[in-house]
Amino acid sequence: MSGRRVVVGVGNPYRGDDGAGLAVAERLRGRLPDGVELAECADEPTRLLDAWDGADAALVVDAVASGGEPGTVHRFDASAEPIPARVFRSSTHAFGIAEAIELSRALGTLPPRIVVYGIEGAAFTAGEGLTVPVEAAVGRAAEAVLDDIRDEEERCTSTP
Amino acid sequence: MAERRTIRTDYLARVEGEGSMTVVLENGRVDHVELRIFEPPRFFEALLRGRSFTEAPDITARICGICPVAYQTSAVNALESLCGAEIPEPVRILRRLLYCGEWIESHALHVYMLHAPDFLGYAGAVELAQDAPDIVARGLALKKTGNELMALVGGREIHPINVRVGGFYRAPTTRELRAHVEPLERAREAALETVRWAAGFEFPEREVECDLVALSQPGEYAIERGRIRSSAGLDIAPAEYDEHFREEHVERSTALHSRTSDGGVYLCGPLARYTLNHDALSPLALEAAREAGLGPTCRDPFRSILVRGVELVYACDEALRLIDIYEEPDAPAVEVTPVAGTGYGASEAPRGLLYHRYRIDGEGTILDAKIVPPTSQNQDAIEADLRDVVSRHTHLEDDGLRHLCEQTIRNYDPCISCATHFLTLEVERR
Repeated sequence: MSGRRVVVGVGNPYRGDDGAGLAVAERLRGRLPDGVELAECADEPTRLLDAWDGADAALVVDAVASGGEPGTVHRFDASAEPIPARVFRSSTHAFGIAEAIELSRALGTLPPRIVVYGIEGAAFTAGEGLTVPVEAAVGRAAEAVLDDIRDEEERCTSTP
Repeated sequence: MAERRTIRTDYLARVEGEGSMTVVLENGRVDHVELRIFEPPRFFEALLRGRSFTEAPDITARICGICPVAYQTSAVNALESLCGAEIPEPVRILRRLLYCGEWIESHALHVYMLHAPDFLGYAGAVELAQDAPDIVARGLALKKTGNELMALVGGREIHPINVRVGGFYRAPTTRELRAHVEPLERAREAALETVRWAAGFEFPEREVECDLVALSQPGEYAIERGRIRSSAGLDIAPAEYDEHFREEHVERSTALHSRTSDGGVYLCGPLARYTLNHDALSPLALEAAREAGLGPTCRDPFRSILVRGVELVYACDEALRLIDIYEEPDAPAVEVTPVAGTGYGASEAPRGLLYHRYRIDGEGTILDAKIVPPTSQNQDAIEADLRDVVSRHTHLEDDGLRHLCEQTIRNYDPCISCATHFLTLEVERR
């Protein structure tokens, strides 16, 4: 794949496990293949549209609270259809990642390939630091992102 | 037999009971309305204790991803006034310019992404964008101009790191600022279109009667500095805030409620600023207000979308004026030596008055901090409005009532990230 690719970590480091996406971005710093950008989004989700503007592929990592086992890493391919809004509904002013993706789709600016990783959090109260299961999931999520990028590259080179 | 209805709104639900609203109706009468907002400032107040006073702008900037500049500015105002620092004019101009960027970003976000869909019958910005992508794109472009200004002057748009006690780490060059003239001129045009567009919305006739509180500064529309004034005639320095306003516990609520010292409910934010400082707006902003049918005062929470539009015009206009008069300072900051004592600072966050108080020792260690964000101050006014709105619409089904409550809350642009990350609405009928 020759176009721009970007990995975006999303979250709030002062709300416990809400910082998981940012922790994954930190883990990936210096480990991404050449040409893959790393971005962070710690404020409001319309900034995501700027982060993936003009990109061919975007991989987004955020915390989720869907009631699952803390530390579970979910993966959603949003390239063709919306991700479950309820799972990610967590951001400022009830405007979350799911809405940012659909907004971008409506405006025709969504990258052709967009994948969202959701790390199931346990505690989102005020304070710094991740809970134990979420801390453990950060490494797994980072590996999953790297695998995704490698798979994509292999697919692209095998089908020129 | 008593009929009891409870309507709850959970905007978001990662944290139980946080950022939620509950309305209880008993036999068709409003029994109880409660808005529960998360108060991260309490956490940050604790975090600040024991840290150096120079860290206050960096730490408090993290309270809100939408208005970090407001937190930084109130913090440096408090500490500089305590330590007797004289801020050179070019540095003050930069601070005001940075703050204009934040107003543009925050107001564009609220007007387009959150508020306008209510007037146009859309569930949200996504649905609006599906039907009118050009309009939503205009809002996002406007917002981006604000973000870019924050990135240049603030160092980074989110949690700007260039602000310090005494000034900035680095002052932008005139040349760097000039590069923003053209985007700001386009943004100003988009802001004027925003006001004209919103002026065509339908507005129910509605007025809030409570006291309005905002900063005022002679000769300018107060943003980054000023005295605290009210529609009831109050006119005090930020250092006198605690004598005139207090936070108190209210029955059946866990949050502290801000009241005037005689127990009165008050409102800060765009309506208060506009009503108290209308004459200080720029000629272009005044013209936009007139065209939109606004008089010299506005107490209508629905029309706050027009006032935000007018403030968008003003912020673009003012940013252009500031860039025009800017001369690079000799030094980006003045040295500030800590002085033991208590410092008080205030500024006009996009959502309203933001008050900070710090007690530091002679070494500059923070002993105590108090932060009162606008949404906390507005909580009682929002609840009073909700109570009134619900009492006049008890005949509506729960869904209709819930939607009306959400709109009522959105009129005030409560800072969900400062005050709540997640908002839920529950209507209980009994």
